[in-house]
Amino acid sequence: MNPKIKIKTSDISVFYKDFQALHGINMDIQEHKVTALIGPSGCGKSTFLRSINRLNELIAGTVIRGQIYIDASPVYCKEMDVVALRKQVGMVFQKPSVFPMSIYENVAYGPRIHGIKNREQLDEIVENSLKAANLWGEVGERLNAPAAGLSGGQQQRLVIARVLAVEPQVILMDEPASALDPISTARLEELIGELKKNYTIVIVTHNMQQAARISDYTGFFLNGELVEFSATNELFVNPRDQRTEDYITGRFG
Amino acid sequence: MNNRTQEITVGTMDAAKLLAIRSFTRKNSTLGFNRDKLVETILMLNAAIFILAIAAISLFILIRGLPLIFKVGITDFLLQLEWNPTAGSFGIGTMLAGTLAVTLTALLWAVPMGLATSIFMVELAPPRIGTLMGSLVELLAGIPSVVYGFFGLIVIIPFIRNYLGGSGLSVLAGAIVLGVMILPTIINISRDAIAAVPLDYKVGSLALGASHYQSIRRVILPAARSGIITAIILGMGRAIGETMAVVMVTGNSTIIPHSILSPTRTMTSNIVLEMGYASGDHQAALFATGVVLFIFIVILNLVVNLTLKAGKNYGAN
Ligand SMILES: Nc1ncnc2c1ncn2[C@@H]1O[C@H](COP(=O)(O)OP(=O)(O)OP(=O)(O)O)[C@@H](O)[C@H]1O
Ligand SMILES: [Mg+2]
Repeated sequence: MNPKIKIKTSDISVFYKDFQALHGINMDIQEHKVTALIGPSGCGKSTFLRSINRLNELIAGTVIRGQIYIDASPVYCKEMDVVALRKQVGMVFQKPSVFPMSIYENVAYGPRIHGIKNREQLDEIVENSLKAANLWGEVGERLNAPAAGLSGGQQQRLVIARVLAVEPQVILMDEPASALDPISTARLEELIGELKKNYTIVIVTHNMQQAARISDYTGFFLNGELVEFSATNELFVNPRDQRTEDYITGRFG
Repeated sequence: MNNRTQEITVGTMDAAKLLAIRSFTRKNSTLGFNRDKLVETILMLNAAIFILAIAAISLFILIRGLPLIFKVGITDFLLQLEWNPTAGSFGIGTMLAGTLAVTLTALLWAVPMGLATSIFMVELAPPRIGTLMGSLVELLAGIPSVVYGFFGLIVIIPFIRNYLGGSGLSVLAGAIVLGVMILPTIINISRDAIAAVPLDYKVGSLALGASHYQSIRRVILPAARSGIITAIILGMGRAIGETMAVVMVTGNSTIIPHSILSPTRTMTSNIVLEMGYASGDHQAALFATGVVLFIFIVILNLVVNLTLKAGKNYGAN
């Protein structure tokens, strides 16, 4: 299979007012692969993720320089429809934030706002998304129960189902397992392994073993710079940069 | 008094003197009595007096009003349209209709406007404008009701008379004045409810490709639902209970209002208009009107408690 570049970032810098959080990041993210981003707290991983779906713009005083290409078309340009972009690039946050509605309504939310009204079609999307997120077996019988009543791990999978329901091509995950117990984490990792057949996944994680287990490529960020970016095996077994080695062997951070 | 002067001068004193005072007060308190105990007793006494006062007032209203309601019959008292207390007919049907007409008409415009204002303040306005509007709302809440009534009398009534017809003294005039008066309640409570919706919901919705407007309508407002319902009900309670401004602008005739330009009398107006000269059964009938108001408010408060509880169970605020 020919590797295809799904997302290409070209010299992306992000400023929060006077503070520069990212310094000219260049990264090629392969389609249908899992790319992990690691690095100490505050090094700009979340900022990088948010610049891909233009969520940084919600923060007042943010300036972004450089360009990001998805399927070779630029993300930062006047013609870009942010709604279409965010439909194409889904995001899962650190804290599972299910909406205060039923399980069904949570998953149907995205399709509804994108104009799908037909009940049967929605039913089908909800079922398929929940199945794809490995949650159908647990909640299929109580779709009308409030989503807030689910466990943390179930909520995180519900959020993933909610993202899948809008049929994105890319899924950004910002420390999706940080609030989960080991069993839920294992299930989530398994799910990511399945999802990468159909989606391109970029995942931020603080857990080095997790990055090593689930990802094909890994990027190491430090102080807003991308220190090293290569195939996961290579980066963990044979880091090129001394700082990468220090970090993955736990010498700092 | 003594303690007060000590507190004030502490700032200019050196540490040694401060310590001396501290040990002195402590010694003083162990000598006479236990200060904590005293404070506790005072607080408890306060609470007890408060509860007793409420119970006494409620009981008094019920004792003075209920017998007449039973004498006339509950349905007759509530639904009879004939109010002629000196001739022995006690039906508050017209006033019940008047209260409902004025209150509901006021809610009809004040709820959408209040809700829109609070959404604007939280979601759209730049922080400085939001704060400024907050102060304006506080100002609105601080104006005495007689001033609103006066404004209605001088500005709104001639306007209605000249442009819409009738005498101007009307349900509409009452609803306009009342609506303005309940706006602060509606705005403040719904604004707090909207502001309390976790930012995660909004970001989560935007990240799914929703527009800001869609996020407000489909996630933020539903999440703030129980707070918004509370705002509406408390506004309604305030509208039902308001008296002064309403008496001044509604004309106070005891007829069923057939249009929003008809004059009308509310239950509260009825009490304030006739209490000066009422005696015997007539006075009892005014208390009975008070009982009906009282029950209205109790029911509204119960509804508020239920919505808040239901909201909590659903994971919304
Ligand atoms: N809204 C903001 N306003 C100002 N500075 C911000 C903002 N968000 C992030 N920063 C700063 O930008 C830098 C990068 O933050 P970011 O959240 O991207 O780091 P991170 O790598 O995701 O950290 P963590 O692992 O703790 O989540 C940090 O120094 C942070 O303080
Ligand atoms: Mg982060």
